[in-house]
Amino acid sequence: MSETSLRNRVAIVGVGESDIGKVPGMTGLGLNAQAAKRALDDAGLKPSDIDGLLTAYSFTEPYFMLGSVLCEYLGLQPRFNASLVVGGATPAVMLKHAAEAIVAGQAEVVLVTAGENRATGQSRDQAVAALTAVGHPYFEQPYGSSIPGFYAMIARRHMLEYGTTREQMAEVAATTRRHALLHPNAHMKAPLTREQVLAAKPIADPLGMLDCCLISDAGGAFIVTSAERAADLRAKPAYLLGIGEFHTHEHIMCAPSLTEFGATRSGAAAYRMAGLGPADIDVAELYDCFSIVPIIEAEELGLCPRGEGGRYWLDGRAAIGGGAVPVNTHGGMLSHAHAGAAGGLFGIVEAVRQLRGGLGARQVEGAEIALVHNEGGILSSHCTMLLGKDKA
Amino acid sequence: MTETLPSPVVNADSAPYWQGAREGRLLIRRCDACGQTHFMPRHLCPACWSGDLRWVEATGRGTVHSFTIIRRAPLAAFAPRVPYVVALIDLEEGPRMMANILGDDALDTAIGDAVAVCFEDRGEGAAVPQFRRAGGRG
Ligand SMILES: [Zn+2]
Repeated sequence: MSETSLRNRVAIVGVGESDIGKVPGMTGLGLNAQAAKRALDDAGLKPSDIDGLLTAYSFTEPYFMLGSVLCEYLGLQPRFNASLVVGGATPAVMLKHAAEAIVAGQAEVVLVTAGENRATGQSRDQAVAALTAVGHPYFEQPYGSSIPGFYAMIARRHMLEYGTTREQMAEVAATTRRHALLHPNAHMKAPLTREQVLAAKPIADPLGMLDCCLISDAGGAFIVTSAERAADLRAKPAYLLGIGEFHTHEHIMCAPSLTEFGATRSGAAAYRMAGLGPADIDVAELYDCFSIVPIIEAEELGLCPRGEGGRYWLDGRAAIGGGAVPVNTHGGMLSHAHAGAAGGLFGIVEAVRQLRGGLGARQVEGAEIALVHNEGGILSSHCTMLLGKDKA
Repeated sequence: MTETLPSPVVNADSAPYWQGAREGRLLIRRCDACGQTHFMPRHLCPACWSGDLRWVEATGRGTVHSFTIIRRAPLAAFAPRVPYVVALIDLEEGPRMMANILGDDALDTAIGDAVAVCFEDRGEGAAVPQFRRAGGRG
């Protein structure tokens, strides 16, 4: 059976962010609800228009059946609902499932939401302990391994094979901090230099504290509908041009390689569906749980050749106005927000906003095609999407 | 009071592996249908899905594929050990596994180091496979 193309079939017609940072007065569900309300208002739709809901998972409020719990909280009775868990790849995968449901006639307006109160809903020690559970319970956790440690091993291998440096990784954090300072809702408000990143407290060599993503209270949401319906709505639609996923492992001990991951395959599938290539991309929002990650993704998704990801960042090509494809124009998870699956979802929100235009100093001039990449686990699960101001 | 390091969790897939560790032997799974060895132990061969598997004793020799020095322990039990090395070890037989590098020279670990298995007591006779630098590069 041939693949049904999702190209030009659906659009994102509303986006929303909750209050971000330390938001002690709100629950995780409340952050989701606030983001959902803002996305719905942005789209000019009413709650009764929603007939599908997808959400992810929550470490701070670990409800069973989180999708149904969120429907209940929001007073929704949809005909399409699920909670998906593919780690950080979940938001992009949710868009794919929403698109498939809409194309199959199983839903017309799908609310996609994610968020957690990770900054104030748990202690820092609880947060670290909960994330430790991502390591294999029997064959990794007994060794005191940590998520930063897993990504550190990937970084060290990249350094060995391609000459990537700590300075290059530090520049990822510094560049995206400059971007975040242009975003009114970013968690981080103070400038950050490469030198500060290099001098930060070491966590797992070669990664320091500022190579690691934030722990935020944050929720994000977007509304997906058919391209036909999108044309009648208030906001400028961002059309889905192509999307693909690829999954190679979950635990790092079982990764087929520490330098080649599934983003190449998920990206190729997205490019193929869209009929586009890396040269067509105007702006990219890449997953950046650790500074090494958008270096690897820039390579795998074709923004630069293999092994040149570090230089792509250090040379300023990832910066807004840097002459190449700017990356993480909202500040990413290193500086805008990270709260579970919401982290990657904000890349989708930002891509939609860039395509609509009018972001002032943050705006990528003439942005018509945006790439968003989400990854989950330890570069285990990948989903890449291409969004367009116009249909492809 | 320091928390004790985690003891192995034994289940139906891994019972012989952990019994081997108690006896100072590193056991891995080999598939008689396709000849591949794999880590971690499973109900079937992940390469060909055959259930025709046997336990074989690994030589315990391997090389460091990558490693990190943990400076902030994820769990209180590991805090007294900081800084310590977590590494991915490529066994001579092919499979890759995670372990700590132990010993006075552990912090000198480099990618490509030759390592040899040892076993660390985790209480009541239980043990986990660990590695020490063996000198030389693999
Ligand atoms: Zn086999």
